[in-house]
Amino acid sequence: MPVHDEMRDEGAVRPHYERFQHWLGRQGGETMTRKRAEADLLFRRVGITFAVNGDLSGTERLIPFDLIPRIIPADEWTLLDSGLRQRVKALNLFLHDVYHERNIVRAGVIPAEQVYTNAQYRPEMQGIDVPLGVYALVAGIDIVRDGRDGAFYVLEDNLRVPSGVSYMLENRKMMMRLFPDLFVQHRIAPVAHYPDLLLDTLRSVAPTGVDEPNVVVLTPGMYNSAYFEHTFLAQQMGVELVEGTDLFVEDNYVFMRTTQGPRRVDVIYRRIDDDFLDPLAFRADSALGVPGLLTAYRAGRVSLANAMGTGVADDKSIYPYVPDMIRFYLGEQPILNNVPTWQCRKPDDLAYTLAHLPELVVKEVHGAGGYGMLVGPAATRGEIEAFRTRLLARPSNYISQPTLALSACPTFVDAGIAPRHIDLRPFVLSGRTVRMVAGGLTRVALKEGSLVVNSSQGGGTKDTWVLE
Amino acid sequence: MLSRTADHLFWMARYMERAENTARMLDINLKERLLPGSGDSEARGLRAMLRISELEPAFDARHKAMTRESVLNFLVADPDNPSSIYSCLLAARENARAVRGTLTTEWWETLNDTWLQFAGQLRGDELSAHPDTLFEWVKFRSHLSRGVMLGTALQDDALFFTQLGTFLERADNTARILDVRFVEVDDPDSRSAARQLEDFYYWTSILSSVSALEIYRKVYRDVVTPARVVELLILNQQMPRSLLASLDGVCTNLALLTTGTSREVERTAGKLRAELLYSDLRQIFSIGVHTFLTQFLARVYELGNQVASAYLMLPVG
Repeated sequence: MPVHDEMRDEGAVRPHYERFQHWLGRQGGETMTRKRAEADLLFRRVGITFAVNGDLSGTERLIPFDLIPRIIPADEWTLLDSGLRQRVKALNLFLHDVYHERNIVRAGVIPAEQVYTNAQYRPEMQGIDVPLGVYALVAGIDIVRDGRDGAFYVLEDNLRVPSGVSYMLENRKMMMRLFPDLFVQHRIAPVAHYPDLLLDTLRSVAPTGVDEPNVVVLTPGMYNSAYFEHTFLAQQMGVELVEGTDLFVEDNYVFMRTTQGPRRVDVIYRRIDDDFLDPLAFRADSALGVPGLLTAYRAGRVSLANAMGTGVADDKSIYPYVPDMIRFYLGEQPILNNVPTWQCRKPDDLAYTLAHLPELVVKEVHGAGGYGMLVGPAATRGEIEAFRTRLLARPSNYISQPTLALSACPTFVDAGIAPRHIDLRPFVLSGRTVRMVAGGLTRVALKEGSLVVNSSQGGGTKDTWVLE
Repeated sequence: MLSRTADHLFWMARYMERAENTARMLDINLKERLLPGSGDSEARGLRAMLRISELEPAFDARHKAMTRESVLNFLVADPDNPSSIYSCLLAARENARAVRGTLTTEWWETLNDTWLQFAGQLRGDELSAHPDTLFEWVKFRSHLSRGVMLGTALQDDALFFTQLGTFLERADNTARILDVRFVEVDDPDSRSAARQLEDFYYWTSILSSVSALEIYRKVYRDVVTPARVVELLILNQQMPRSLLASLDGVCTNLALLTTGTSREVERTAGKLRAELLYSDLRQIFSIGVHTFLTQFLARVYELGNQVASAYLMLPVG
């Protein structure tokens, strides 16, 4: 099966990689090895490490960083940019709609039970007006390029607490430190202003009447796998990084405990899932949240980013309907493709899925992080049969999709430079307007032939260049 | 600033200072071995070191025999001893990690790198091969973290809480280093000539362990006597590691942090400082140096509690 290679087209170097290829040709293998060691050392010293779920030893690991950038030419980025804006606008309109008028359900575009019996739907949010009507202020949209037709597909919309943006920023910093000459030779769109855009977006949703909002970042704490990113963003924005125990609610206002006494909090960029936000309302066993937060939030005294209840729009059972949403709310044709999806809750789709398991990717509707999924072509017969049993036990818990032959990008591996599969996660900020930095996080599956790019499963990252 | 952040900074600084002072104390012990003396005196020295850090029971629970190796390992590399240099550098780093957004990048990287390098040196057997180099290294990493803080950090509450931690811990640690000898006898000047000669080398090494030998020469231009060492390390306001200078640091930073709830802790600190300021040697010797230091340590401990309740404690919600 031919695979779309980001750098080469049937052997010839694509125009947007020419300059880089020329540069790379002049670097010795030894230089690259030395630069990679230098990058490792720097990442470790800066402490850009993550903890792996299920690894109780608490060892910190580096996300492998690859020295060869993923380069996106200007015209492709223009397409991605408009497609992403369109998609995120529609998703936010959908969220507002399902918690208010429910037009899309009444019009019969999306079945009611798909929305209202969804575990991610928050009845507490019905009729609540969030500032600017925007729910997903920060969205991380996973995009892949199909290896056969070369077209971009949206794989997943992450609208809850998408992470990875710190790696986008740190990877760029690292590349500029290691190879400054490359940046002189290329015109690469900068990304370093992302924290400014983020802060501006967060400030734009301050509760009414608050002119100088106190914005904070809420983290589950230093043992969370994304803790580095939480501290990084708080520091870059110049705001406090708080844990649940630092906050308390009084008279429906949220305060943080400071050495100078209580100080009011207006906007919380929370990096904690809905379920853990308020032990009084959701999981009583949660030590991460703030008792009473939901009431304060519903009263409009504090803003959350993202809003509560965004999960209903990025759920895999809703995903197949996003193109319909775009048509319904915006009256436009979707610019970016959806991956064809079979919903196993439908008998026909289930039958098709069962008959084609070795070719398909089967995912849990609520899963994330590459856990609990079957990649048919990479699975053994035994794994497929075990999965079949799980699928039959709860068909509605699964969707299936054709296995996309993800495009590949040259990657510096032990054996030298070889193509490895990649995806892309750009970050879309929605406040008064929709804004993005040109770029995103490119993740790369370092194992030969592997399609799983998640860092928890041995994936690495690359710097992502959008050429101007 | 967040109370939790202040708490992490305060303890980050205390642990780093404690690591430094433990290294300093161990260095004296190492130097003492170079002098002719009985095996008896070495065992006495080791035990005094443990006693002064209030670690004797913890050590005895874990080790049958008191050898130089076992004590060294316990105080330097034992992860189960919360006061070992290993634990201190790890705790300093973990506290820093919890508030790394508050620290400047260079500051955080210094603490992180100190921990990573220290762990590497232990793995590389530096402790048994070159303990003196290792202690020197720990001391210099502490200098470095202080320097990077002063050279890069905004002069705000974060800096004041950090310095508060440093000075409070230093007051405690200098008192303990000084107390090692007085645990045994209160008036060293009254002892036999042989013991006094041994003492001469001992006090010289005490002075160099707190980087005060040259200072001593400069201040007294006279032979080293225990009484003057006591004076220098307790009462000399210009000597940066003395109890009075440490209390000056505590009071200065408390004044910069003053809030509606901090009156009591400022009073306690101010009183302790004033007593040192208007005290003299005769008074200290009449109480007995060991007794004096023991009382001092209790009051520093109490001061730490008051800092916690004034600024750091999270009210139970």
